[in-house]
Amino acid sequence: MKLLKSLTAITGLALLAAASNVAAGTLDDVKKKGFVQCGVTTGLAGFSFPDEKGNWTGIDVDTCRAVAAAIFGDAKKVKFSPLTAKERFTALQSGEIDMLSRNTTWTLTRDTSLGLNFAGVNYYDGQGFMVKKELGVKSAKELDGATVCIQAGTTTELNLADYFRSNKMKYTPITFDKSDETVKGFEANRCDMLTSDQSQLYALRIQLADPGSAIVLPEVISKEPLGPVVRQGDDEWFNVVRWALYAMLNAEEMGITSKNVDNMKKSEDPGIRRFMGLEGIKGSGLKLPDEWAYNIVKHVGNYGEVFDRNVGQGSPLKIGRGLNALWSDGGIQYAPPIR
Amino acid sequence: MAEQISGQHQPHPDLSPPVTTVGVLGWLRQNLFSSPVNSLFTLAMIYLLYISIPPIIKWAFIDADWAGSTREACDSGGACWVFVKVRFSQFMYGFYPEDQTWRVNMAFLLLIVLSIPLFIKSFPKKAWLGAFILCIYPIIAFYLFYGDAFGLERIETTQWGGLMLTLILAGVGIVAALPIGIVLALGRRSNMPIVKSICIGFIEFWRGVPLITVLFMSSVMLPLFLPEGVTIDKLLRALIGIVLFQSAYMAEVVRGGLQAIPKGQYEAADALGLSYWKSMTLIILPQALKLVIPGIVNTFIALFKDTTLVLIIGLFDLLGMIQAAFADPKWLGYAIEGYVFAALVFWIFCYSMSHYSQRLERKLHTGHKRN
Repeated sequence: MKLLKSLTAITGLALLAAASNVAAGTLDDVKKKGFVQCGVTTGLAGFSFPDEKGNWTGIDVDTCRAVAAAIFGDAKKVKFSPLTAKERFTALQSGEIDMLSRNTTWTLTRDTSLGLNFAGVNYYDGQGFMVKKELGVKSAKELDGATVCIQAGTTTELNLADYFRSNKMKYTPITFDKSDETVKGFEANRCDMLTSDQSQLYALRIQLADPGSAIVLPEVISKEPLGPVVRQGDDEWFNVVRWALYAMLNAEEMGITSKNVDNMKKSEDPGIRRFMGLEGIKGSGLKLPDEWAYNIVKHVGNYGEVFDRNVGQGSPLKIGRGLNALWSDGGIQYAPPIR
Repeated sequence: MAEQISGQHQPHPDLSPPVTTVGVLGWLRQNLFSSPVNSLFTLAMIYLLYISIPPIIKWAFIDADWAGSTREACDSGGACWVFVKVRFSQFMYGFYPEDQTWRVNMAFLLLIVLSIPLFIKSFPKKAWLGAFILCIYPIIAFYLFYGDAFGLERIETTQWGGLMLTLILAGVGIVAALPIGIVLALGRRSNMPIVKSICIGFIEFWRGVPLITVLFMSSVMLPLFLPEGVTIDKLLRALIGIVLFQSAYMAEVVRGGLQAIPKGQYEAADALGLSYWKSMTLIILPQALKLVIPGIVNTFIALFKDTTLVLIIGLFDLLGMIQAAFADPKWLGYAIEGYVFAALVFWIFCYSMSHYSQRLERKLHTGHKRN
């Protein structure tokens, strides 16, 4: 027992030491080596996956590309490290990667105990429900007594139990081991509804023989804010990642897209001129080139474009904006101004 | 009448055997319907095959879609091989740049060309060729894969993937684990206490931990203990882990062979005045290794399949590449086709290995086999 304890202590120390070892100067390191090393998933529809040509694609991938575009003016200067859920934090702590953009939920525990910081939220996810259209259900509240297809051993299971108990409803769970099996069970009418994170529900819906036969209900019963993560104690780098994200949001709000960004550069609007790095603080606060924000939009696009192309209407997933709409459109995506 | 008397005794010509014991009927009776229980099993099996085979064939061939390049091409309800077709080069080479894949092909082609003479009985100087394949070829292959020399573009190991990575992991694992295993096995049977205890410690340690743990340690823990700025290539870390792990298993297989050699052989070698290494390499090991060919190949096949575990440390071997491919929203839901393809490829390699080992056993068979 003693041995075990001291081993744990040593490991903990090593973790801390490693985290602090590489804490400072990531931005300088990145500039020196000429690329951003970014941790992504080993394959998750819409978030990060290799396309037919082997190029990494997805909303998480585009977050990394935005950072690269801001620093180098070239969205291609990123190298991707596919990471499993278990190795993701160590890879960041040990300095193997510069940033982690891997479908990672922001929680208090992770923010405080791992020596890491969440730089923002690039996708507000949450657990939702999918039902057959023919049931004619409009809200999860009408589902008292339903059978629910669910993947075993996930927090989804606990959230579901909480939700039904707090609404004083009954349900029968049918658990499956893999998401493929879950969707097969749903299709074979073994359950009335299927529950999972909303982003996943849309991915599962595509796998139905007739995707149009199912709908995703509006209720979201848990909070899963997903965002890029950096090492704690390196504020310079933290700012770069955070503002790369904010620049995409600001661009959408101002109506700047990858297509019209060159025209917009001629605009007289002071807000847009500040965005383009033509006046105001420009790039000096972030230690980036003045046109950092322009480069992000030019090479990656604004948040709306990125969302659409990877998970929204422009992709097979067709996820609605929902919470991820701008604050001005009824969502909660809000970025501080660039000034 | 006269003929009958004068002629010699004529045996009655043999009656043909009963129709039920020869030909197709006889074979059926002997092998499939020899007893009521067997008949019952046969009928049950036929029924099982009847209900399982036609749907599989219908799914995999008759209803399958082969042409096209998008999801929309798959509308006939059967297997969608279009998915495998579109992603084929990725399954083979991973993220290796498309215009450089000739280097991979060349390396494997070279290996095949070099190995062919080994199968020709009368080819001279086979030992030298073998030594070349084991010592020089890996260097050539490394430069072909990795580049950064001789005017070849550098291709980072993170871009290696697919079947190519599977073969590299398995190949290096097999080639490196055997000699280390032999040395460990000899060490374990040594009279020198320090050597012996080191070998026992090593073997028992590596056999005591699961390969997943080894891979996790190498990819998750090791980087934390290294000084800042020092990173060891992830693939290299995985390879070292696999080799150390497999060599422990190999050592035990070889030790089994060493123990099966009668004491007289050892004594005879000593009586001839051979040194330890000479008696081992000339007398003991050739016999011992021959005995344990099935065990060695067993370990190789297990290793080949174990390489898929590198998936959990984010390396894309064949299976990992396939799994990553069906995360593409364009191809969601075609997991079965991917897995069937992976199973087929793995079966081809494992079956070839097993077949080769049987060939080798027959070739080296020198009279110890009991029939």
